[in-house]
Amino acid sequence: MNTQSNTMPESSVQSQAAASPDISAARRFYWSVQRELWETRSIYIAPLAGAAVILAGFLISTIHLSNKMRAALALSPAQQNQAIQQPYTFAEDVLMATFLIVAVFYCLDALYGERRDRSILFWMSLPVSDLTTVLAKASIPVLVLPLVTFAVTVVTQLVMALLSTVVLLGRGLSAATLWNHLPLFQMWLGLFDHLVGFHGLWYAPFYCWMLLVSAWARRVPFLWAALPPLAIGVVEKIAFNTSYFAAMLQYRFAGSPDGDSMDPLTHLSPVPFLISPGLWIGLVVAAAFLAAAIWLRRYRDPM
Amino acid sequence: MASIEARGLRKAYGTTIALDGINLRVEEGRILGLIGPNGAGKTTVLNAILGLTLYQGELRVLGRDPWTEREQLMRDVCFIADVAVLPRWMRVSQALDYVAGVHPRFDRAKAEGFLTKTTIRRESKVRELSKGMVTQLHLALVMAIDARLLVLDEPTLGLDILFRKQFYDSLLNDYFDRNRTIVVATHQVEEIQNVLTDVMFINRGKIVFSCSMEELESRYLEVTVNPERLAATRALGPIHERQVFGRSILLFDAVNRQQMAEQLPNLGDVRTPSIADLFVAVMGDQLGHAQGATR
Repeated sequence: MNTQSNTMPESSVQSQAAASPDISAARRFYWSVQRELWETRSIYIAPLAGAAVILAGFLISTIHLSNKMRAALALSPAQQNQAIQQPYTFAEDVLMATFLIVAVFYCLDALYGERRDRSILFWMSLPVSDLTTVLAKASIPVLVLPLVTFAVTVVTQLVMALLSTVVLLGRGLSAATLWNHLPLFQMWLGLFDHLVGFHGLWYAPFYCWMLLVSAWARRVPFLWAALPPLAIGVVEKIAFNTSYFAAMLQYRFAGSPDGDSMDPLTHLSPVPFLISPGLWIGLVVAAAFLAAAIWLRRYRDPM
Repeated sequence: MASIEARGLRKAYGTTIALDGINLRVEEGRILGLIGPNGAGKTTVLNAILGLTLYQGELRVLGRDPWTEREQLMRDVCFIADVAVLPRWMRVSQALDYVAGVHPRFDRAKAEGFLTKTTIRRESKVRELSKGMVTQLHLALVMAIDARLLVLDEPTLGLDILFRKQFYDSLLNDYFDRNRTIVVATHQVEEIQNVLTDVMFINRGKIVFSCSMEELESRYLEVTVNPERLAATRALGPIHERQVFGRSILLFDAVNRQQMAEQLPNLGDVRTPSIADLFVAVMGDQLGHAQGATR
């Protein structure tokens, strides 16, 4: 006990003298994202589970793969493409749907859950700004989920293609037709563009709206996120018999004519999308929602 | 230098007045106990000090305005707001990694050292730990941060007496030194009697009693008397009186304790009152006034 009390003041003086200059904003951001990945493991577990389900189904489908390949040979080249690529694009769709479901649940809980379980009092006891915390949370649906989904999709499609090749070779058939009609690399470029550009950036206003609601709602954030937009649509319809608001949401959800669209393979050049006003208007709206969420977390009583 | 200086601190939630003109000054190197019943305004005072709630009046914490300079302040201030606010999904190792990642003054080796004295395993999740262990973990994290002000809000609520004792023992032995200031809000007064250097009672958003422990020892005394001597003792003007097992215990605010101490032993057993005794005396009075006012 005696030695302890003697060394204590000394060591505190030392650590004060040797106090690290400071921790960079980038490092705080990194750890803030890391903590989201620790807390919400579904960010990577859900896509992996989706991939496992796809691969299990695909494994069963290889029983009649050779018949399918023979049948495909009788079709026109365009139909061949479609027949061979069908399971691959379906895998993409499944993983994108998983991404969107995870994103919705994540966003609605991100700033609500920490208030519900009172852990916000722990987070706020550390020198991490509300700006850093909220930006780290926003980066999950806008950046992390698209990249995770991309990586999982690429690996899944690669495993599917290799599995098919092994099965075909095992039955003494050539895998040349398969690979000729499966431009994987080109598909991946389109997929990357679609995931990061469309599901990440173009959808950002949706995610940031949900983050704002999760920072504000005292209960049931899901209802608060869904019902007000619905109410606006209903009022507009009854009052003016128009549906501009609904059309705007529809446009935001389904994609823009000048930018991206739901089909990942139609668009390979990102430039028109990146300079489209639709993208930038969306990002400005998203930024406004985020600013409001940061303000709420900072200036409202935490409990 | 004063760590905390508040003048005319006010806060209202709608029509409910939580803080009604609080004045306080806490010097560096002191351990202040902020004691009051539930709903007295303890947490509101602490939240104002920590920049978590907006207030009216003047408040400086380590020379800063806690509301507008919260981020910079949090590098020098640590707090445990209530038991069990550590996120339940977090692993002990993740908590260490995270705090080490974001806090420039966190000494990880020190935190690991504190943890080896407990039975907490690195790979455990917070939800798997008992309430006492969660508090030990939080304390280990906080004590490894070289902060100038530590704020504790009911840090031992719901823990058994062994954990409560241990909590304050480690705080005193392994953490506290003359460069640090600690503010503890609690309504469990028994076990912090020997920890504090200053004590403050708060009730209905007002500071109703404030003194240092030295002052408390030199100024207040308590006499236990038998019924036959009660009248004589009462004549000396006690501030509070209660009955225990047929004997009366009278509490005196003796400005000249020396002189009182000479007279009182003839009447009964004299001792320094505990904080709990004083609390009951002061708060009982408050209650009496309040009841009188409503009549």
